[in-house]
Amino acid sequence: MLSMILINGLVAGGVYALLALGFALVFGVARIMNMAHTAFYALAAFIVYTLSVMFRASYLTGVSLAILIPAIIGAVYYRLALDRVKQHELAVVILSLALAVLFQEILLVIFGSEFRGIPAYINGFVEISGVRIAYQQLFALGICILGLAMVWILLLKTRFGIAIRAISQDKEIANVAGINVTRLSMITIAISIALAGITAVVIAPVQTIEPHMWIPPMITVLAAVIIGGVGSFGGAIIGAFVLAFSEVAFTTLVPMGSWLKGTVSLLAMMIVLLIKPEGLFGKFFEEERL
Amino acid sequence: MGYLRWLYLKFRSEIVAIPWRLISLIFVVFLMVFPLVLPHPYVLRILALSLLFSLFAASWDFLAGFTGQLSLGHAFFFGASAYTSALLNTKLNLPPWTTIPLSALVAAMAGLILCLPALRLRGIYLALVTLVFPFILSGLVHVFSGLTGGELGISGLDRLGYSPIFNYYLILAVTVISLLIMWKFTDTRSKLVRTGVLLHAIREDEITARATGVATTRYKIMAFAISGFFAGIAGGLYAHFIRIVGPSVLDLLFSFNALVWTVFGGITTLYGPVAGVFILYPITELLRLHPIGEEIRFLIQAIIMIIVLLFMPQGLTRWIRDQIEDECPRCKLVNFTVRRVCRGCRAPLHLEK
Repeated sequence: MLSMILINGLVAGGVYALLALGFALVFGVARIMNMAHTAFYALAAFIVYTLSVMFRASYLTGVSLAILIPAIIGAVYYRLALDRVKQHELAVVILSLALAVLFQEILLVIFGSEFRGIPAYINGFVEISGVRIAYQQLFALGICILGLAMVWILLLKTRFGIAIRAISQDKEIANVAGINVTRLSMITIAISIALAGITAVVIAPVQTIEPHMWIPPMITVLAAVIIGGVGSFGGAIIGAFVLAFSEVAFTTLVPMGSWLKGTVSLLAMMIVLLIKPEGLFGKFFEEERL
Repeated sequence: MGYLRWLYLKFRSEIVAIPWRLISLIFVVFLMVFPLVLPHPYVLRILALSLLFSLFAASWDFLAGFTGQLSLGHAFFFGASAYTSALLNTKLNLPPWTTIPLSALVAAMAGLILCLPALRLRGIYLALVTLVFPFILSGLVHVFSGLTGGELGISGLDRLGYSPIFNYYLILAVTVISLLIMWKFTDTRSKLVRTGVLLHAIREDEITARATGVATTRYKIMAFAISGFFAGIAGGLYAHFIRIVGPSVLDLLFSFNALVWTVFGGITTLYGPVAGVFILYPITELLRLHPIGEEIRFLIQAIIMIIVLLFMPQGLTRWIRDQIEDECPRCKLVNFTVRRVCRGCRAPLHLEK
């Protein structure tokens, strides 16, 4: 039981961490609460499904398009819509939520609400201390960790990453220092959505694919980012792993627990907010005056 | 006699002379007369549902528009109250006239629970936390499916009354009175309650409001409770009107509807949500009659939402008001645009170019 919780939690944690990191990146750089973040994840899963299962294209085409198309849509949506209302953070929340609902409804119209699945890229499984883990899950975990590492290197070592961190610390000074904030925001959004796409692609075979699949991870990601502290990239990852373990433990140990997955995340989030409103690793911003 | 004359003068200067009040009056009179002219059950049903949803949307507007506490999970109140009504009615056999006030109180309590995080959070963080509450409730509904019927919901509630016309008038009366109460709470010029200006102050700048000695916490709690209460009234009436309560009242799309209607009609107005519901809800109901329309109605709502937010952020009613109303530059009285001079002080309203 324990090893099962540990291993499943690790896989779920990798997925949530990559999603939460993308979300935190966008929030840090563009100050956009992208409620459609996991809707892009759902979109990517459906693109893989359409191309690779329905049209029998090679996995490589399906996967690369599933990463590219959402990223482009996201960047365009940022440019055309979100950028205009960026000053009103609540308008951004509503607009991106509208986009998420739009995706969900388009997918519902095209595919209907039945559950679908993608065959695993790699078949077979390995037994670790009595728990069967599909290679696909290990593969997903590996890719997620690789993705996290690459983003980490990007943030710490490259000029681009330094610029991103500069913007997330102080947007105006970064602008004065000659960083093109608008363009970088757009690129960051594309990257973050591409990360969501990668996550979707690797986890799609072990999940059911349906148009509402964006809602549960969205709740967890929001909770993870708030627990970790908004504006802290490392905090988002840690929060994601904490929540993943607690969710998996809860669903394994409590009967009917899967209906209450969101509740676990929310309770954790509420406790953190009540004790430490800025999150575990967040910096405390003085209340900003407009 | 003198009193009647005073009343008539008041009516002429305070209602007929101000365009949007005149329109509201005509609209309410229209709603009152309508069933007498065309008592078609289907049309009455759509109108009654529109009234309920306008109350729901207006309660969202009260919280998000006036107080600035954006709640993305307003279905929480509606659903909590609808389920309370349904449970009280089917399990304890209480009649509708007790279940609805009780469930409205439960919804107000739900507002107080939501307050706990709300008092420490602002803006988007609050929005995110409120977003999650309906999901939890709907998770609980599924877990205790023995009690709540799970996905199928609770059916077989008592009717409100036995004729559709009685139901309609009951809902109309409750909605209009609730809207009037909410309007009074938000009215900045009211001498009766002074919350209106305080709520605006909290939305515009909470720190300054606190610095000037407003107990912002108290008023925020009040706003949550009031908003929850009225959403709860709508939910309880809805439960007894539709006579079946399922998890769809806790859906994200249902909270989202309140946003769409309000933003479309005009946020921070109270009449905006009403206008939004009465324009959009019948359209979506008409779409339902067609199989393709049934599938794409939420899609259309999402698109309307995006377009309105980008190109008409102040909403439809504000835009119309700008067209038909003019404020006198000297005495600040509101006039019809067609007037040349102000009705109070005779100052010219439109300067010649």
